[in-house]
Amino acid sequence: MTDGAGNPQIVTMRLELRNITKAYPAVIANDDVSLEVLPGEIHAVLGENGAGKSTLMKVIYGVTKADAGKILWNGKAVNIPNPAQARRLGIGMVFQHFSLFETLTVAENIALAVEEEFDLDALSTRIREVSERYGLPLDPRRLVHSLSVGERQRVEIVRCLLQEPQLLIMDEPTSVLTPQAVRKLFETLRRLADEDCSILYISHKLEEIRVLCHKATVMRGGKVTGEADPRQETVASLARMMIGRDLPVCEHPEFDGGGEPLLVIDGLSQKSDDPFGTDLKDIHLSVRSGEIFGIAGISGNGQKELLAALSGELPIDRANIAPITICGVAAGTLRADGRRDLGMAFVPEERLGRGAVPPMSLSDNALLTGHRTGMVRFGLIEDALARVFAERCVEDFDVRCAGVHATARSLSGGNLQKFIVGREILQNPRVLVVAQPTWGVDVGAAAAIRQALIDLRNAGVAIFVVSEELEELFEICDRIAVIADGRLSPVKRSSDTDMEEIGLWMSGMFPGGPAAEDVSHAV
Amino acid sequence: MNDVLVGIILATLGAGTPLVFAALGELITEKSGVLNLGVEGMMLVGAVCGFAVAADTGSLWLGVVTAMTAGAFMALLFGVLTLTFQANQVAAGLALTIFGVGLSAYIGLEYTSVALTGLQAVHIPLLSSMPLIGPTIFSLDPLMYLSFVLLAAISYFLYRSKAGLLLRAIGESPRSAHSIGYPVIRIRYLAVLFGGGMAGLGGAYLALVYTPLWVEGMTAGRGWISLALVVFATWRPARVILGAYLFGGVTILQLHVQGLGIDLPAQLLSSLPYIATIVVLVLISRDINTIRLNSPASIGKTFHPGA
Repeated sequence: MTDGAGNPQIVTMRLELRNITKAYPAVIANDDVSLEVLPGEIHAVLGENGAGKSTLMKVIYGVTKADAGKILWNGKAVNIPNPAQARRLGIGMVFQHFSLFETLTVAENIALAVEEEFDLDALSTRIREVSERYGLPLDPRRLVHSLSVGERQRVEIVRCLLQEPQLLIMDEPTSVLTPQAVRKLFETLRRLADEDCSILYISHKLEEIRVLCHKATVMRGGKVTGEADPRQETVASLARMMIGRDLPVCEHPEFDGGGEPLLVIDGLSQKSDDPFGTDLKDIHLSVRSGEIFGIAGISGNGQKELLAALSGELPIDRANIAPITICGVAAGTLRADGRRDLGMAFVPEERLGRGAVPPMSLSDNALLTGHRTGMVRFGLIEDALARVFAERCVEDFDVRCAGVHATARSLSGGNLQKFIVGREILQNPRVLVVAQPTWGVDVGAAAAIRQALIDLRNAGVAIFVVSEELEELFEICDRIAVIADGRLSPVKRSSDTDMEEIGLWMSGMFPGGPAAEDVSHAV
Repeated sequence: MNDVLVGIILATLGAGTPLVFAALGELITEKSGVLNLGVEGMMLVGAVCGFAVAADTGSLWLGVVTAMTAGAFMALLFGVLTLTFQANQVAAGLALTIFGVGLSAYIGLEYTSVALTGLQAVHIPLLSSMPLIGPTIFSLDPLMYLSFVLLAAISYFLYRSKAGLLLRAIGESPRSAHSIGYPVIRIRYLAVLFGGGMAGLGGAYLALVYTPLWVEGMTAGRGWISLALVVFATWRPARVILGAYLFGGVTILQLHVQGLGIDLPAQLLSSLPYIATIVVLVLISRDINTIRLNSPASIGKTFHPGA
């Protein structure tokens, strides 16, 4: 494999940042940052939440303007006032928080970002070609609101690839992909690099950076704290550079088989309202007290529908009452609040908008689900109690924020997730349902969240986790099952299986699975 | 019988056309995510300016152009307030209507007793002599033909062109549009100006064709009805038109019913167009998916590009 290092005296840098500084009212996001990227180099930018990586990428992509500093593109000083200019130069970006339009189709979304004649049919054909070539299957006619997080990311990636960029910026790209898809993406990225496209790769997955990247720039607190050749480093040494201390390891005591079943689904079949959704087919499972039960699967295989059925957010269908039992009580006819009253807590996949209300303060957001712990008396809100609750949550879960009056949207993804998970845990649930617990969250915060879940399990809570990150499931789960095309695989103890087997099952190849039939979602 | 029918159809089209213009304009404005409640005010100012220029110069077409310009100018005021200075859209829109009512009354003082010959119907040769459809489709005034063209053009623009796609995208998520590099504020300005021009044109139709004269407050709530049409038609042009003609048609029919001396309270009959239009539009647009896919999600919210 070429490493792109060449001879730095002769080769012109594809991108050179010199002394970039960007200050926001409360914080200096980038403090005198310099960076060099060679043509065809896969360059990692490593750093914890709030280290300033995203701001730096936004400066390069023209979304944000730097206060000071210079950008050199192929050796020439350039001014990048807006993303259109960045794209014209040949810079593409895959956002961590997607820049997609939900009510438009995939093809329409992509059409808005490419500068060519407006012809949706021709574009759809190209989307199919590119997406299939890079192993990112995508139906151009689908509406984005019906896509899962993973599928939405595919749209963003394909959107960039269509523009044949010279520099591709990827912000946490693999957090929602399966091992096979990650391998395919890496092939894609390596091929792009061989074709002389440079890649700026932001990720918290250190192993991936080690395998993929030629060079790494490490950031902490807005400053560059070091550079490294990740191929020469270990995961532990990279982590030390990034967080300034050793990588936290989750303590996971042996699984004792669990106690009584607290969350039971006994033959759940459900048609999806969404014409593009997945129907659930005869799902049986039970989660016991003191165990973490994980659901693996490629996004769009029924996870969304299963979680909706569990959370109680769907309208209750009297003709087909969901066979769900929570703490021994039939809960199929209960709404979300009724299920919470039984002792279930729920952490949804979408942090902003579903897990928390973006413009409301943390203390108000704590009230949203925490009100049943006595924060409302005679119909009036006890503000002081909500504040104390939120403060405890901020403290116990190390949420970095400007205080409990800070709005939810002002927090970084990882900090907000810690807050939401903390809010649910502090209510002492008996059953906890969590979707994508650490999506887009950095190493430190992810370890903290996982440890919190394990501690909760040790305390005898039944925990149900749906995640697209296999490593995470294997790290925390006692038992694992796979969902594919709305069907559930047999359940295995995580000590009795491995990623290869689960990976196979994810494509529907399990006893009774849909693999023999036509499985459009599972590729 | 035939003559009565032709009369009713023509009256329906006439009563519906000002709504068609104003509502299509507001539809474009709202699709960009901006809620301009000043339609009534913009229509009135358009009507009075158009009428005044037509009366002074004798040129009806100059009047029409003036009306559109005046409406767009009113919209520009609204745009400066809400888009540049980020004022609240609801408050600014209400203020615009109140301002427009007052301003039009003031400008129109000298014109209240002026008589004018309105725009005349254009009879398309041969076709206009066909029975029933001849007089109702091929013998209309030029602005009515323009309204048909506009419907086609706006439908094509919204659902077939990239510019229309962009407009819908901005209405849904200005943040995303900004992050992929589109000038959200500039595009919203254009949409607001178009809405103002169309409202002015709707006013001109009232003052120069439908009546044709100037009376203070002559829009009589048509601006508000246009706003309601857009919402209840779930932001879809064809349904807006349907609602506009339904409103026009029921207005005319209830007048006939009142004329026949049927024993129903006049107030009930007068409220019939409003009720019928809203009930019908709500019934055909109640599908939750249709609403979700067609309503501009960011409507009424100010957008700060810098944040």
